[in-house]
Amino acid sequence: MVKSNFMEVSFKALSINEGFARICVAGFCVQLNPSIEELGDIKTAVSEAVTNCVVHAYPKQNGIITMRCEIEGDSVKIVIKDGGVGIKDIEKAREPFYTTKPDEERSGMGFTVMESFMDKVEVEKNDLGGITVTMYKQITSSALQVGNA
Amino acid sequence: MHIKNKVYNGTLYVVLCGELDEHSASHTRMTLDEIFAGGDFNQIIIDLSELEFMDSTGIGVLIGRYKKMKSRSIPIFISNPSRQAEKIFKMTGLYEIMPKIV
Repeated sequence: MVKSNFMEVSFKALSINEGFARICVAGFCVQLNPSIEELGDIKTAVSEAVTNCVVHAYPKQNGIITMRCEIEGDSVKIVIKDGGVGIKDIEKAREPFYTTKPDEERSGMGFTVMESFMDKVEVEKNDLGGITVTMYKQITSSALQVGNA
Repeated sequence: MHIKNKVYNGTLYVVLCGELDEHSASHTRMTLDEIFAGGDFNQIIIDLSELEFMDSTGIGVLIGRYKKMKSRSIPIFISNPSRQAEKIFKMTGLYEIMPKIV
């Protein structure tokens, strides 16, 4: 198994790219032999982070989202970065059910879902004036170890 | 997102097929509202067995439909959620307003 690896992609902040981002990260993480459940957790967390960029970071124009995925041993680190408008109060934004767009049928559960599906989530302002979300997950239940050449 | 539906014995069965995220949310919302608007039924069962993916955007869509049906006193039930969907439903308390049926 590869002990250390990474990939990085940039794409336009369009909602159609949410599915691309999920598949892209899931495809890269397959080398860790995750279970279907673990892969589902990662896809959900990535979807939440990218949706935040599409909906909140770039309300006026479709900016750029950069997604980096690093593998170290049996752990994966996913960094999703935007250069958008940023978040005024990051702590408040991380509270369950907090949303700045209540009239758009939004649940305000994005960060809560990320936290619950990953081991650790960091949310910080970045050098572009936007937000960087960093998520970590250790892959514990190697799905199919049998027959690995 | 493709949505199948049929009415049987006063129950509207709706099957969500595909992925429910921000990209498909507005189409899903519109289609569900159209289906819910007509027909002769007194309860709705939303079957998620063919839903390949859902994130928290789905919660917003479901709660929005719940609010609309509540005014008509039509209850909505959820069936066959994936493990990820189930986790999101439990953490948001969705089952308190849309109970899960087996």
